[in-house]
This record gives sequence, C-alpha cells and structure tokens, in this order.
Amino acid sequence: MSVPMPTSSSSSSTLQSGESRLHPFLATRSSLNLRRRLVNALVVLFTTLAALFAAGLLIYLLCYVLSQGLRYINLDFFTQLPTPNGEPGGGMGEAFQGSLILIALASLMGVPLGLFTGIYLAEFGRGPFAQGVRFLVDVLNGIPTIIFGLLAWVLIVIPMQSFSGLAGGFALGMIMIPIVTRTSEDVLRLVPRELREASLALGATEARTILQIVLPAARNGIITGVVLAMARVAGETAPLLMTAFGTTFWNTDVTQPMDALPLRIFQFTLSPYQQQVNQAYAGAFVLIVLILLASLAVRLAAGGFKQR
Amino acid sequence: MESNMSGPYSRLPATEGRLASQQSETPPVDLRLHHALGAVEPGQPLDQNARVAIEVRHLNFYYGTHQVLFDISLPIRQRQITALIGPSGCGKSTFLRTLNRMNDLIPETRIEGEAIFDGENIYDPAIDVIRLRQRIGMVFQRPNPFPKSIFDNIAYGLRIQRKPRRQIQEEVERSLRAAALWDEVKDRLKASALGLSGGQQQRLCIARALALHPEVLLLDEPCSALDPIATLKIEELLLSISKEYTIVIVTHNMSQAARISQYTGFFLNGRLIEYGPTAELFKRPRQRETEDYISGRFS
Repeated sequence: MSVPMPTSSSSSSTLQSGESRLHPFLATRSSLNLRRRLVNALVVLFTTLAALFAAGLLIYLLCYVLSQGLRYINLDFFTQLPTPNGEPGGGMGEAFQGSLILIALASLMGVPLGLFTGIYLAEFGRGPFAQGVRFLVDVLNGIPTIIFGLLAWVLIVIPMQSFSGLAGGFALGMIMIPIVTRTSEDVLRLVPRELREASLALGATEARTILQIVLPAARNGIITGVVLAMARVAGETAPLLMTAFGTTFWNTDVTQPMDALPLRIFQFTLSPYQQQVNQAYAGAFVLIVLILLASLAVRLAAGGFKQR
Repeated sequence: MESNMSGPYSRLPATEGRLASQQSETPPVDLRLHHALGAVEPGQPLDQNARVAIEVRHLNFYYGTHQVLFDISLPIRQRQITALIGPSGCGKSTFLRTLNRMNDLIPETRIEGEAIFDGENIYDPAIDVIRLRQRIGMVFQRPNPFPKSIFDNIAYGLRIQRKPRRQIQEEVERSLRAAALWDEVKDRLKASALGLSGGQQQRLCIARALALHPEVLLLDEPCSALDPIATLKIEELLLSISKEYTIVIVTHNMSQAARISQYTGFFLNGRLIEYGPTAELFKRPRQRETEDYISGRFS
C-alpha cells in the first residue's frame, strides 16, 4: 500500500503527529471498521436466527401435528360422529357443524355491532365520548377471552339453566366486536374526504353518503376485518368450555350444548384412547389450515389495499 | 356582445399562426397564457343587465377562534362566470365553500353575515341544506368520481331525488353532452369511472353536478390537477354552459380567470381586496395589492 498506515492502537497520538494528520480517516478505519462490521454481522445474524426460529416453530408445529394426525384425516373424519369408547373409525363431524353454527351466531352479533361502532368512531366520533369508546374497545380487545365465557355463563347459561350454542355464540361475538370495530374504523378513515364531500355536495344526507359511498369504497378492508375476526374466534376454546360446552352428537338446536372444533380437540387430547388423541391432532391440523387459508385469502383479496 | 363567441380563443386569430411556427416541443398553451395575460383583452364580454344570483354581505368566517374571512361583500351575477383569484391560503376556497355550506361539515367553524340566494339567507337555520346543495352544485379541486360506473356517478344525485328511471337515463345523456363527455363515454357507460383520465373524470364530476340542474355551479380550482389540454377542455366547457348556469370558479391561474370570467374578485389574507369586471380588474386594478399580484410581483 502506498499510503503510510498509522498504528491503529494509538488513535489519539496519530491525530497529533504531523505525519498521520494527512490521513485522519485512515487512522481510525482499521479499528472502527472491524468493530462496526462485527456488530453489523451479529445484528443481521441474530435477527435472521430469530426469524428462522419463529417460522421454524410454525413449520415444526404443522409437521408434528400432521405426522400425528394425517392418517385420521379422511371423509369420515368430517362426516361421522366420534365412536364410543375409542372404537376404530368415526370422526368429529359434529364439531365442524357446531363450529360453523357458532361462528355464524358470533358474526350475527359481532359484525353489525363492530361495524356500526367502527362507523360511529370514523364518521361521527368526536370529543371525549368517542375517545372513551375507542379506549374501551381497545381494552375489550385485550381482555382474556375466558372472561367473555364467564359473562355469557352468567347472562345466558344460568338463566337458561343449560349450556347452549347461543351462549357460545354470544361469547365469541363479544370477542369479534373489537376486532371488527378497529379494522373498520381504520379502513373507513382511509376513504378520501373528497368522496364524502362529492356525495354531500350532490344533496345526499350523511347516512346515504356512508351507506352508498363510504362503505362500498371500504368494502375490501371491512371484509378483511370480518374474516380475520372469524378466523380468530374459530380457534377460541376457553370461552366455549363454560358456554357451548360440547357434545358428541349432531345438534342444530342453539339452546342445547353444541360442539366446536377446538372444544373437540381439547376433549380428545385428554382422552385415554390413542385414536382420539391422534384425531385431536388431525383436528388441530385442519383448524390451523383453515385459519391459514383465511389469512391467505384475505391477503390475496385485499393485498393491493393493505400495501398502500 | 361580440358575435364570434364560440370559444375562448376565437378572438385570437394571431395565436393560430404563431402556434404553427413554433417548435413542436413548445407547449402551445404557454403561448395562450402569454396572450391571455398580455396581448389579449382579459375578460369575457359581460351582460350589464345580469341580475344578482347570490348577494354576499359582510361575511366573516372563523375556524375556532382563528378568523379566515373578513367582511366579504360581493354580488355573484346570474349566468356570468365569476373568478376568485389570490395566493394560496387567502381564503378563496373557504369562501367558495361557504356558498353551499360545505363548511358546515368541518367542526368548530363559525360564520357571521349573510348570503342572500333567491331571497333567502343561505345561513338561515331554517334552510334545507340538502335542497340548497342541489341548487348550488360544486366541483372540487381533485376529480372525485365515485368508485362506481360512469352512469351511476351521474345517476347518484338523481336517485337521491327519486327521479323515475326513464328520466334518469335522459338526464345522464343530457348532462354528459353538456359536459362534452358523451361522445367519449357513450359506449362504456357501465364501465368504472375510475378508468377515465383525469380530465375526463373532472368533466364527469361537472356532468354529475349539472345533472341536478343547479342554478349555481361552484368550482374549486377544477383544473389544478389537470394537464394543459384537459384544462382547455374544461374552460371551453365552462364557457359553453355559462349561458345557462351561474358559475363561480376559484383559480390559482390568473390567465384562466382572465380568459373565461366576466367578473373577478381578488382575495388576500382573508379579505376581498378588489372586485369588478375582469377586464377592468386586469387592465386597471384600483388597488396596489391587486396590481402587484396580477403582474406577478408576489404569489
């Protein structure tokens, strides 16, 4: 190298010596650069490892669940009732049926309430009352879901003297409300003010503007929120333990105990029969895949919307 | 009135020859702007007998405690184009929005004074704001078509009024023709309005307003998001409909005001500095500020 390199150990003295003052940058480069590169490499390494670990956990989970349960995923698994005493065959059809009914019930309650609250917060909500509502919705989102089960138990199970699908749907609906509220408030706020003004300037009322212009413009985002909320409650177990309770029979009567996929997984995991334990893994796999598919569908359908 | 009033540039025979001799990369509109500012008489011929459509008297407007309009008084004359000019933030858009009470939608605003439209004060609490906005239409700075079909965009206001289907179809065609858009979109009325170009979208927005047969049309810098060619089309359109509609246009573009308007108001810092026939205001401004502004000494 043609440039004289000062020793890296004495950076303070190199600044004072006339010879090295010609190359002040070179004086610190070798020592600092090495440290910087080392720190940089370490940060990249650790963040990559963390990401790999997180993704790896999900993949390991899927593989494990699949290896334990794959053999039991067949048509019977979706269409047959559990066999008594761990006899071979059977499935958890009543759990799929129950989950569908429970999610429908929950959506019936959670989607309108959440959507209208979101509309209120986005369109009319000003001042301390709206701030209070917004805060309470956030709190609602953070409440452990078993508390909603407890609420449904007190409000519905005890008065009706029976576990029921209705109580389960109510508990799940409560869980949906804050999710739907926040996502719909957010996407409604993204609708340009100019669109609202265009409608109002044509003599439309605020109600018509919201229903015919703002809501359709925000439709994709709202659907995203609803699907995510449905996927979320599809996996809820705790609030169903004391509300829908579970059953091993077909049931469409919402005033009676009703099964659900996570409930059945929970029950079968504790079963003394190996087949039921494996069927629990099969159910877990199906549940994970359903939720993955829902997230994926939302990503694909609203991809352009979310990236902006 | 002059007889050759078919378009805004029909009085500029020299423009054509000059354009042809220019290099092709020179935007033709720049020349026209130049002419409008300098060589050409500013202002459209005005109708001396035009009645007053909206009489604004001593209007003050506040955002919270911040006053943005100070004692504005001016007449908006019927079937004439009134241009409002002034630098950014001078209150001209705010003033425009007071005329169909769009500022009602902004919280913590307050208004004093009156604006008499058809014998009634626009700010009278008893006024039906919905009806008012149907009679005083508005076109905004950025084209804002609804994410619906071209047809549904125009039909929207008519459906609000529960017009019969047949009439809606007629009105859609009529207003699209009036907005010089019919030939471009007649084969794709069911297509999304968002697929139109910016200039087409803005003409669609004008058509949407015209469909309601408003008496007054307010335009808030309707060309500021458009290219020069689209701007020219809008200007020609406005001139062609100004025989039937009272038009108030806010513009940043002084030459636009000079080209298309009969009357001009100059706003500065929330005050109406000068108001009068466009020709006079541009040729013989009475106020020092007006002269400075239109001669480009500040902007």
